[in-house]
Amino acid sequence: MTNSIEEIEFTDVILAMGTNTTENHPVLSSRIKRAVRQRGAKLIVIDPREIDLVKYATLWLRQKPGTDVAVLNGMMNIIITEGIYAKEYVENRTEGFEALKKTVAAYTPKHVEKISGVPAEDLKAAARLYAKANKASILYAMGMTQHITGTDNVKSCANISMLCGKIGIEGGGVNPLRGQNNVQGACDMGALPTVFPAYQPVANDETRAKFEKAWGAALPAKPGKTIVEIMDGAHKGEIKALYIMGENPMISDPDLTHVEASLKHLDLLIVQDIFLTETARLADVVLPSACFAEKDGTFTNTERRVQRVRKAVPAPGQAKADWEIIAGISAKMGYPMNYASAAEIMAEINAVAPSYAGITYERLEKEGIQWPCPNTGHPGTRFLHKDRFSRGRGLFHAIEYIPPAEQTDDEYPIILSTGRVLYHYHTGTMTRLSQGSMERCPESLVEINPRDAEKLGIEDGQTVKVTSRRGTLQAKAKITTRSDRGTIFMNFHFHEAAVNFLTNPALDPIGKIPEYKVCAVRVEAA
Amino acid sequence: MEKKIPLNMDGRDVEAVAGQTILEVAREQGIYIPTLCHYSKTTNVGACRVCVVEVEKARSLVASCCMPVSPGMVIKTDTAKVRASQRLIVELLWASGDHNCLTCEQNGACELQNLVYWLGIEKPRFNVAPPGYETEKTNTMIQRDLNKCILCGRCIRACNEIQVNEVLDFSGRGSRAKVGPAFGADYIDSDCYFCGECVDACPVGALTFKQARFAGRPWELKKIRTTCPYCGVGCQMDLNVYNDRIVKVTGNRAYEQPNGGSLCVKGRFGLDFVGHPDRLKTPLIRKEKGGELAAATWEEAYGFIADKLSGIKKNNGPESIAGFSSARSTNEENYLFQKFMRAGIGTNHIDHCARL
Repeated sequence: MTNSIEEIEFTDVILAMGTNTTENHPVLSSRIKRAVRQRGAKLIVIDPREIDLVKYATLWLRQKPGTDVAVLNGMMNIIITEGIYAKEYVENRTEGFEALKKTVAAYTPKHVEKISGVPAEDLKAAARLYAKANKASILYAMGMTQHITGTDNVKSCANISMLCGKIGIEGGGVNPLRGQNNVQGACDMGALPTVFPAYQPVANDETRAKFEKAWGAALPAKPGKTIVEIMDGAHKGEIKALYIMGENPMISDPDLTHVEASLKHLDLLIVQDIFLTETARLADVVLPSACFAEKDGTFTNTERRVQRVRKAVPAPGQAKADWEIIAGISAKMGYPMNYASAAEIMAEINAVAPSYAGITYERLEKEGIQWPCPNTGHPGTRFLHKDRFSRGRGLFHAIEYIPPAEQTDDEYPIILSTGRVLYHYHTGTMTRLSQGSMERCPESLVEINPRDAEKLGIEDGQTVKVTSRRGTLQAKAKITTRSDRGTIFMNFHFHEAAVNFLTNPALDPIGKIPEYKVCAVRVEAA
Repeated sequence: MEKKIPLNMDGRDVEAVAGQTILEVAREQGIYIPTLCHYSKTTNVGACRVCVVEVEKARSLVASCCMPVSPGMVIKTDTAKVRASQRLIVELLWASGDHNCLTCEQNGACELQNLVYWLGIEKPRFNVAPPGYETEKTNTMIQRDLNKCILCGRCIRACNEIQVNEVLDFSGRGSRAKVGPAFGADYIDSDCYFCGECVDACPVGALTFKQARFAGRPWELKKIRTTCPYCGVGCQMDLNVYNDRIVKVTGNRAYEQPNGGSLCVKGRFGLDFVGHPDRLKTPLIRKEKGGELAAATWEEAYGFIADKLSGIKKNNGPESIAGFSSARSTNEENYLFQKFMRAGIGTNHIDHCARL
């Protein structure tokens, strides 16, 4: 997030797009709801599903899945045409405005209505509400990013935020809501193929020299492969060994038939986890990890706040903290790592990652600190881009709308979107063992619009068969207007109805994120 | 500058800020005024009246939680009249419910019990007549015993004003008044999201954590602050531990950012996995492809991995080795993982499920 969670409660307009916040970030959603109910803030929800937030919204735009760029371009078209953009801000802090203006000129409200299904008048109302607000915050999540145009969607959010001068101010910003406790931290720490900790590129000679000195080893210059590319590499036999720490690609990755074949093709699969997951069952070596409650460390939340994790109970059997296991393997491989505690590792991070330089365990004892925090006297950073952007001027990207990779046709006439539900988390390894979660949500459901259900002769609770070009599965139908006509929604928490046998592995060309929000399926009574 | 208001409290000359209540000023001054229905960050309703004080020239005792200060106020918090009134209220609350501390999970952490003790009440002068509701046992997360409810309304305000889930409210009137979801439904049959905010807010034993029953008493529990392992909000929470087991999870309103003490169903009730019998307890090795996974020691596992990895690196180069780090592991572990892959193995094929 460019801004802080707390600021959401004190802003004037909240634009929530592609985020089912009450289910995926429930505690953060309370801030949105309080802003609306108690402070009179206006909420614009842009989402194909009638999510709970709609109840609190001033405006709800129900776009067709995968048409987000068109909707945002349409809003910018209106804002520019009506002259309600932040002229001074655009002039002083940005570049590329003319190209943006030229591109969005084609996205008239009528044209956008044809693409997205959003009525032109609603689009105008949303554009005006956002542009004219004193402070306005954009929130988004995987509903925006899990498309082949995920990167374009995010850039479009940045475009409209800059156009209206809403970034670099308190209560504003473009705020991605991270779905996993430490996905921010994993990125910050360089668990990515292209960068060292703190986003320092591996391909940069100077940076690499710095890390070679710090780590006492020669380092590879060529950026590595992403998850989906690694799977492809395994399938082709280029990747021979895979070390998986705390991930369950046999549920979470797209096109599971391909994933299984790829993993089975490896010479060596090492899986380190807290349970014998679907992925661990395929491994040559399984290593037992301590879970979050059994070790010390830090997580970094979605607002860049680094916070302590503390050991509360002992790990079962011989299970060890992940960091102890990595150090154990590394030593055996002839590259010793001698750390007595997680705090000692953080001290090394302080030295090599400039944005974490001032974040020490001593300071974290009392409360979390938001990076960038360049030294131990620095209070941390509540919101980014205050007087200038990292690159100087903010760059507008003129972006054309591209339809989703897979289109519906006579054989596969319905669009499937996938996501989470409140009571479960990701691949279900943790929540499916919780009595309460299972009591509230014991199985996967296919959310289908009443009119589609009627047409297909499907009753509530009836088992249905869902088929895509890649696979088929069965689950019970839940008839609900939350799903628009011609669309269904399923969660990916249940291996019994592993929806990623159906999903399309088409990737965003830059972010390499699979298009989980749009794939064409057929639904029939089982 | 905020406007200063001079006043006198228990004989002390005090300066307050315009808009403050008598209760807020007293707390700043370190003067104890008991409360039950007061719950910070929610509306002051002045329902229970145990916070009454004497204000000179006022017609009657005033509820300090609702009364804003005014210049020249002379306030007394500990007069015989105040105490008599507080005692009456507490005795009435006691007599109107089934406040049996023997089997109550809140024993030792109950605000009503604390007040009985503080006021030195031997027993109420009224007949004890609980309303006789059934204890709600239809879900495994929240136990609701309305016989212990003092109708302070904190759960309702927690639900509507803090979480804004808008599930709980009062229904009925007089002695039949009660709190709960619409149409008298049990929690499990309502729209309740099981965030548990109402349980943290309840001052007595009416709302308690079902799974924590008989699993450790309040003074035996060790509270350890940590960060929730679920979504990216990073809620701060207290793991309540007894005998090396997590008994329950509570919010702590003193931890302000990012969640101010609020939690959701996953952080609150979703930690059964920690002590689950299916947890992996030893390393496992499959010595031959197609064979079975068999238990091994750490030394054997490290040896097996090092042999295989070194062989693959030698024959196929470091580029043939890849690793998935984890958005669930700590920063320190992610740092070490990528350091191992880059410096120990010599490959940049490192990713994690940020995109999934």
